[in-house]
Amino acid sequence: MFVPCERGGDSDSSDFKGFTLLMPAVSVGNVGQLAIDLVISTLGMTKVGYFYTDCLVPMVGNNPYATAEENSMELSINAEVYSLPSKQLVVLQIRSPFIKNKYRPFCQTLLSWVKSSKCARVVVLSSSHAYQRDDEQLLGTPLRYLLTPDLEKAVGGLMQDLNWKEMEKVAAYPGINDTEKVLHIPGGGITKLLFTESCSKGIPMAVLLKFCSEGDNIPDAFALVNYLNEWLQLIKSEVNASSQWKIPSSWRLLFGNGLPPALF
Amino acid sequence: MATFFGEVVVASSRAGVDDEEEAREETPEDREIRRELEKKREIDVLWTLRSGATTESCADEPFACSKFIVAIGRNAAAFLSSFILDSVYWEVVGVVKLWNEWCRTSSTTNVLPTDSFCLFYRLISDPTVLLCQCSCYVAEDQQFQWLEKVFGCMRKEGLQVTILSTCPVADYKTQESTLTLPSPFLKALKTKEFKEQVCCPLLEQPNIVRDLPAA
Repeated sequence: MFVPCERGGDSDSSDFKGFTLLMPAVSVGNVGQLAIDLVISTLGMTKVGYFYTDCLVPMVGNNPYATAEENSMELSINAEVYSLPSKQLVVLQIRSPFIKNKYRPFCQTLLSWVKSSKCARVVVLSSSHAYQRDDEQLLGTPLRYLLTPDLEKAVGGLMQDLNWKEMEKVAAYPGINDTEKVLHIPGGGITKLLFTESCSKGIPMAVLLKFCSEGDNIPDAFALVNYLNEWLQLIKSEVNASSQWKIPSSWRLLFGNGLPPALF
Repeated sequence: MATFFGEVVVASSRAGVDDEEEAREETPEDREIRRELEKKREIDVLWTLRSGATTESCADEPFACSKFIVAIGRNAAAFLSSFILDSVYWEVVGVVKLWNEWCRTSSTTNVLPTDSFCLFYRLISDPTVLLCQCSCYVAEDQQFQWLEKVFGCMRKEGLQVTILSTCPVADYKTQESTLTLPSPFLKALKTKEFKEQVCCPLLEQPNIVRDLPAA
């Protein structure tokens, strides 16, 4: 699944032992993926490999994080891995949706890769449909977190200090039986599957998600990445936090081309 | 989610995973149906490389290939038909048989330009030069299979691959409006290993390529 890039001479750039793996779930508003773009672009992370998989829709383009003519010619595909050894951070970016019936095999392969590469923990950035919130969730922060039991022991206290809100469980049979509660992440893509599988496989995983709707999700991405930063401290957080994150060049023209002058 | 007219609809989401799909466990009947559907969507690559007999498997001896030119889509296929292919210099050596909701190809090599087909040709004077005309649509779930089955049959050392394809100008993302762009125009993507001169500008961000050309 994971194919490392050839890098001459370097220390083994695909050794992720003890690293934090940061990844998005393809979810409502693509918020997780946008947030990951901000992380990769701001930290200037280096591509160390990609996933050779038949589970994602193929796509290819030139370097989405290009800053100049010279670095704009590297090809980029749908699932790539970037790393920043100085922060013990490895990031997976997913750029296309799952092919029908392939999301389960992808999760299985991904989690075995996580185990074999000995990452210390996984952080999944995701989102959930805002319109599915109940009355209480409509008030207060739209950001939530989830921790697997292994990670709960390690960082549960920190979440309390940060005053973060854990994702609420909902009734399994609403209206009929309110006592049985289950985890429900509508619009979250593979988030719930990854989380439940990690719980059962003993993989330390955290999920950070934001309630949002489809639309211009750039502000949602900023909110999510600042939320992440409260914990992982990837960049120095200052008063005007939004301006610290670097928007990649591939975010241009998200809402269409320029207008034809003849329109006026 | 409520729309402007007041009716409540389920919002389609980019998440790509339906909640109902997730919640339901597969019964044996579901599994059987899924397996049958998968079998129906399998791709068969049939080669007539040696002695005229069609053979499906070339696992025992992948053939040498120095240049592989793939034309994907009706426009690119028509370009090859009009300017490159002829019966004097090129011979048909293979065909892809597939079915999906958009098209069906057959194993016949005698095709009309309006048919959906996927044929392989070889240059008679240099049998390591291969050409593929793929005017049929290869569905998302079949693209990887197509790739593995076709490339699985050729030796990849010293292989140069050129992919020809077309996209609507309306899909091109640019600062100005596409109405004023002189079209048609060429753009290219190339791998690090391609060292030769490219005959046209490279595709700028945020434009991307998808489907079989991307695969």
